[in-house]
Amino acid sequence: MRIVCPFCGERELGEFTYLGDAKPVRPEAGASEDEVFDYVYLRDNVAGETSEYWYHGGGCRTWLKVTRNTLTHEISSVEPAAGAGAAKVGA
Amino acid sequence: MAGAQTHRLGNAGLIDRSAPLNFRFDGKAFSGFQGDTLASALIANGVKLVGRSFKYHRPRGILTSGSEEPNALVELRTGARREPNTKATTAELYEGLEAASQNRWPSLRHDVMSVNQLFAPIFVAGFYYKTFMWPAKFWEAIYEPAIRRAAGLGRAAGIADPDHYDKAWAHCDVLIAGSGPAGLAAALSAGRSGARVILCEEDFTLGGRLLSDGGTIDGLPAAAWLSKTLDELAAMPDVRIIPRTTLFGVYDGGTYGAIERVNDHLPSPPEHQVRQRLWRIVARRCVVAAGAIERPIVFAGNDTPGVMMASAMRTYVARYAATPAKRIALFTNNEDGWRTVETALGAGLQIAAVIDARPDVSPAHRSLASKSGFPVLHGSVSGVDGGKDGVRKIAVSLTGGARAEVEADGLAVSGGWNPAVGLTSYHRGRPTWRDDIAAFVPDGAPPGMVAAGAANGDFGLGACLSQGFAAGAAAARDAGHNGKAGIAPVADDEVFSLTPLWHVAGKGKAFVDYQHDVTASDIELAQREGFESVEHLKRYTTLGMATDQGKTSNVAGLAIMAAVSGRSIPETGTTIYRPPYVPVAIGAFAGHHRDETFHATRLTPSHHWAVEQGAVFVDTGLWKRAQWYPRAGEKDWLESVTREVKAVRGGVGFCDVSTLGKIDVHGSDAGAFLDRVYINTFSNLAVGKARYGLMLREDGIVYDDGTTSRLAEDHYFLTTTTAKAGLVMQHLEFCRQVLFPELDVQLTSVSDQWAQFSIAGPKTRDLLKEIVDPAEDLSNEGFPFMGAREVTLRGGLKARLFRISFSGEMAFEISVPARFGDAMARNLMLAGAPFGVTPYGTEALGVMRVEKGHIAGPELSGTTTAADLGLGKMMSTKKDYIGRVMAGREALVAPDRQVVVGIKPTDKARRLRSGAHIIPKGQTPGPGNDQGYVTSVCFSPTSDQWIGLALVERGRERIGEIVHAHDPLRGEDYDVELCNPVFYDPDGGRQRG
Ligand SMILES: [Zn+2]
Repeated sequence: MRIVCPFCGERELGEFTYLGDAKPVRPEAGASEDEVFDYVYLRDNVAGETSEYWYHGGGCRTWLKVTRNTLTHEISSVEPAAGAGAAKVGA
Repeated sequence: MAGAQTHRLGNAGLIDRSAPLNFRFDGKAFSGFQGDTLASALIANGVKLVGRSFKYHRPRGILTSGSEEPNALVELRTGARREPNTKATTAELYEGLEAASQNRWPSLRHDVMSVNQLFAPIFVAGFYYKTFMWPAKFWEAIYEPAIRRAAGLGRAAGIADPDHYDKAWAHCDVLIAGSGPAGLAAALSAGRSGARVILCEEDFTLGGRLLSDGGTIDGLPAAAWLSKTLDELAAMPDVRIIPRTTLFGVYDGGTYGAIERVNDHLPSPPEHQVRQRLWRIVARRCVVAAGAIERPIVFAGNDTPGVMMASAMRTYVARYAATPAKRIALFTNNEDGWRTVETALGAGLQIAAVIDARPDVSPAHRSLASKSGFPVLHGSVSGVDGGKDGVRKIAVSLTGGARAEVEADGLAVSGGWNPAVGLTSYHRGRPTWRDDIAAFVPDGAPPGMVAAGAANGDFGLGACLSQGFAAGAAAARDAGHNGKAGIAPVADDEVFSLTPLWHVAGKGKAFVDYQHDVTASDIELAQREGFESVEHLKRYTTLGMATDQGKTSNVAGLAIMAAVSGRSIPETGTTIYRPPYVPVAIGAFAGHHRDETFHATRLTPSHHWAVEQGAVFVDTGLWKRAQWYPRAGEKDWLESVTREVKAVRGGVGFCDVSTLGKIDVHGSDAGAFLDRVYINTFSNLAVGKARYGLMLREDGIVYDDGTTSRLAEDHYFLTTTTAKAGLVMQHLEFCRQVLFPELDVQLTSVSDQWAQFSIAGPKTRDLLKEIVDPAEDLSNEGFPFMGAREVTLRGGLKARLFRISFSGEMAFEISVPARFGDAMARNLMLAGAPFGVTPYGTEALGVMRVEKGHIAGPELSGTTTAADLGLGKMMSTKKDYIGRVMAGREALVAPDRQVVVGIKPTDKARRLRSGAHIIPKGQTPGPGNDQGYVTSVCFSPTSDQWIGLALVERGRERIGEIVHAHDPLRGEDYDVELCNPVFYDPDGGRQRG
């Protein structure tokens, strides 16, 4: 598997670390236990296109949001994950 | 020169007769030539029997001339290099080669286990599953040992492999598998277009079937065209041809695996060279020109030595000038099989008969038969008379019902050709059925991959050339290269004309999978027992599950299943194809990652100094850390460690703690950022001060701990544990980039930039005064406990000094740029000599931390909360931080949680061990009353007894209680007292003094 890092170019899997689903957004301070529970534990098991966090630890140390198809392994987009999990982006 | 090579033709062939080679098979001396395989050399010496079969120990000969070989598996080499299940058909001959047949005892010709044939009924399809139904004891005591002895393949060396294996990356535009006509044509067009090309060829000689079958290309004999083409390719700087290399797998993103047998053709690799190399090739496009595999026809006695694939027969004759038989019969269902007759006649061999299963034979072949004086029989082979010395007589069922017999010492068989669909099917591509060739052809190949020529089901030489050329040009174009490819090489296409025939009914065992001894009747039995699905068939009969992965057997097996279950072959379908295409040694996957180079090794800045001191080292992750420094006369580690602890507690010692993770945190929001990742607050930490911090995971469990210092308003210096250094950096980057992008903060890993030493003991200040510039105030007022700031050392070097203590003594940690680490260790020894300075290792460090009740790795176990560790009060209620909400969950704050507590044995002389279970006193140990376990232990020189830390249910409420320690692993049971985990200086006066 190869990921095209927006900063470093096409690189091999071994340079990256997988974290998981990039969809959940971290609830704001004061959120209920249920909301935080969902954020920490609830994940969709997608057969098809999914977005996920990958860390380019062997390169630029950027956290990336990778859109990948779980059926074909095809990667359709890679972008910096900046703010992807933030409740209030740019707050 | 041993042996007469009785079966070697007088001339021709691609062997080098000026380079004779000696070899031994089963201890007997033979000779061959450079250019031989072990199989061709054995054939040249008249050897027909090369092995015994897996289950029935039937005598077996050589079936094929390639990597699809199911029978001729040998143990190659001896001693540590002994390699089982090596195919004689691909093993290159070298001087002094030693090989042994497998699966026979006491000898190949007299194998006592061949009585298995008499017990054949117990070895039928599914016998493993059926025998498992018997009582377990019977299976373990009798059946399994018996089967293991009776059935099996070769023996592994059993000692470490002395050779080296390499792993390498390569990148190209167009990757080509195979150097037959299709592969070479693809290389020509792609290379001429300007693409970077890599061509992998499994064989040691380039040319594929051209080497055996010849032909005319562009008006030239095949050999002349081949040498002209190889010259042209060699002149292209961006075309790389790697022989002895099999492309075995395809992975996501156009990554391919290939195994190069760099030096397998030599007795042992030359000095400093590797035995094999594992290639990972990244290619934009891939052309699979891997050819096709001729398939057997299943008939009784089809495994008799001397029965051989027709294409292999002519390969041995034409390429190796070796004659598998002198009087050959051919059994074919297609036109291609007849080429073996032509080759054999050309070499002066006799043709006994051609048994052709088709209704018609071409007039040209009819006249060839009458001219050469052999009969053409319409019908099928129904039996073979012969044994370990090979074929003697062949029984033929003629079309119309009559029977005939043919006397021959060799039987060439052609049931048609199966395109090599492995590579194209590894991403779950399901090959599709083509009626005209009665074979599966590639479909659903991974992105960027196409098959060409025989691999695509187009067997004619002309088709191979034109398809390969077109595929190579298209691949180059797709990869962005549009140079002029020129004109494709031209050749005629041979007629194929096949009438499918899979199985001839008859008396006696008819083998489908030679290597796993699966017969046609096994498949019929599987169908009767309901295992009709091909995946069930495969697992129930083990069809296609041997080391050859069913290359010669899978299609025939499912054709027979289709016939007995009344379905078509495409309806029956294929099993899923999985890499590797050929067996790949584990050693090749490991490469250099073995023994001391299994992983990278990290050395602390003072490592070489510590080596000089005679330190004993311990591996902690990738690090080598000094564990203790033995001195002359000390009888064991405990004596050394005890001395080191006492020296620190009574004077001064130092320890390299550079392995801790170190992160510089910069920015106007650095404090706010730390507040969100630690449970306690850092934004209110004064400049020049340090504070202990605890980090949780988002699920509320403790992640890591360490000391963070504020060196400036917008600059913190954070430390992590050794184990989590990389992971904490990754976690903090996640928090910074993904969760809190609004914060103005930057992180820099400086773990490798700073050498850090802990200096501890009541005389620490005396020692430091010798190191630090006299202008620096190190007094308790000028540098109080938990102070942190940059200082100037004598000589002008800037260092960071932290007044923190892990040992519980008056202590500092000093950081200098890593390149000064070695000098610092030597300087501490020199300056500390008057005070009796003692270097101490991780063992003494651990003892002192247990004495102080500090938590470390064993307590940060991934199951403990801050409160479990006695640090619940650090959890701020005034801010949000990672893990705050989840840490409040009911079960994580339950009163009966296991919490850290001290333990000491009631018998002061007893040694404690980690891992013992804590059980209430007087109760019988069991899962129902297991209340925790011992996490850390040490012999405490200060307490003069063993002490420990444990996680115990409600432990802090039970101080003073005697409980039972139960250690079933070591068979130990004893009582311990629960106590305050801080064994030493509980009020902390020493570290603040
Ligand atoms: Zn990158």
